[in-house]
Amino acid sequence: MNSFELIEYAAWGISAILGVWMLVDMVMTNRAYNEELLTSSREGEIDDALVIDPTHQGGHR
Amino acid sequence: MTQATAIHGEKISLLRVLGPGHVWALGVGIVLVGEYMGWNFAVGKGGAMAALIACWVAGLLYTCVAMIDSEVTSTVAAAGGQYAQAKHIVGPLMAFNVGLYLVFAYTMLEAANAITLGYLVQTVGTMAGFADAHDKPFIVLTIVFLAWLNYRGVYATLTVNLILTAVAFIAIIVLFAAVKPWSNEMLHHNELLNGLPYGWLGVIASLHFGLWYYLGIEGTCQAAEEVRSPARSLPLGTMTGIITLLIAATMTWYVCAGLMPWEYLGQAITPLFDAARLTESMPLMVLLFIGTVFSTLASANGCINDASRAWFSMGRDRYLPIWFGAVHPKNRTPYRSIVFLVPVALVFAYFAPLDQVITFSILSGLLGYTYMSLNVILFRKKWPLDTIKRGYVHPFHPLPALVLLILCAATYFAVFLGYGTQLVAMMIFFVIASVWFHFHRYKYVRRGDQFTMQWPRPLGY
Repeated sequence: MNSFELIEYAAWGISAILGVWMLVDMVMTNRAYNEELLTSSREGEIDDALVIDPTHQGGHR
Repeated sequence: MTQATAIHGEKISLLRVLGPGHVWALGVGIVLVGEYMGWNFAVGKGGAMAALIACWVAGLLYTCVAMIDSEVTSTVAAAGGQYAQAKHIVGPLMAFNVGLYLVFAYTMLEAANAITLGYLVQTVGTMAGFADAHDKPFIVLTIVFLAWLNYRGVYATLTVNLILTAVAFIAIIVLFAAVKPWSNEMLHHNELLNGLPYGWLGVIASLHFGLWYYLGIEGTCQAAEEVRSPARSLPLGTMTGIITLLIAATMTWYVCAGLMPWEYLGQAITPLFDAARLTESMPLMVLLFIGTVFSTLASANGCINDASRAWFSMGRDRYLPIWFGAVHPKNRTPYRSIVFLVPVALVFAYFAPLDQVITFSILSGLLGYTYMSLNVILFRKKWPLDTIKRGYVHPFHPLPALVLLILCAATYFAVFLGYGTQLVAMMIFFVIASVWFHFHRYKYVRRGDQFTMQWPRPLGY
């Protein structure tokens, strides 16, 4: 196995980890929150005070 | 977090954290890769002069697009961009089609960028002596990594785009300055330009790839629900974006047409990187290689952002299953739409040829531009200037709309010359999708809920 093959395997590995990470997080989020809440966004709403998880504001406050 | 939260009437919305710089980075980031590669196929269609004419004609087309888009978006501040505009101004069937145009255009473009990045890494591997280097691992990594970034949050995603895009744009300016455009020392336009080898038909044919200089700038309005001040940020980001692209496109053409004969330039894979190689400057070669990689990443990144917002908006209105209309409670992103579009992009990037993917992207974009010209005429007719406050009013109406419509017609003809089968196939697909929506899907839509803008009744209704 040459060094470029190692890089290729690393690319496959990172892709798999990130893909699984997203899927697991999506399933966990789907199960942790009510569906009505998850789909409560309304078009054009400008009031971003309606936040349900004060400790996790997307990391932007 | 529990069901009790929902019972208490709380809601989740997308996060409003973006400024005009992010809007610029979204629009220019999607497009700038077109300067690094793709535009030069216009040279192959009609010669270098034809490519310059295509550059400016397409520039005019997109200036109309940017002006029209800026006005309408400054009043329809909603994720989904042109989809939301079509819903309010034309009607649900048009909106469904526009939503599909957007998702197709951006997902195909994302796939094309991933293919290109895989090719670049494979080329580096081959040049480094690894003859059996593969591109597939890097295609997959590009799509999955950028989807993950988008999943995590819009602010980080578009801040990354801002950095990538700024570096790629600066690289073009540095190359332009390095070839000394004020002298004939390195550039040889006098010897290399040969008029129009295929006449004016070649000019029309080159319009197909002339779009590549700017394709995707209209994607800025997908960020409408995530910018802090839509009425100000969207027109500012979009208009500065098109100005940036006009400058970059003209510089790119000038440098490449002065360094390479049209026979080579017309089929080059990475023309700007090739131009840097011809200067024999190692720092320039490194800079332009970085610019090529960064612009490709920025484009794929912005495409994931835009395609997922369009898909999310359609889900939220029940044009698609409402399951897609969910927002992540912590990251505040349309996470299901982002994840759903990953395998779609992977299939196209893994199995479809690059030129077919690009053509489907261009065609989807073109259908969207055709709609936009009709949309703004209807918008001004139904809601004249004094009835709705706009953040931006585009001048000379209806001239930009008519110019856009004429240029779209010419470009359809150009695409038909090279990819007639794909054009017809795509039209048939959209007709079938429209029939499905009208007779099956629309019964699930809550008709009153989909119209959210507090606008007065349209004139004449």
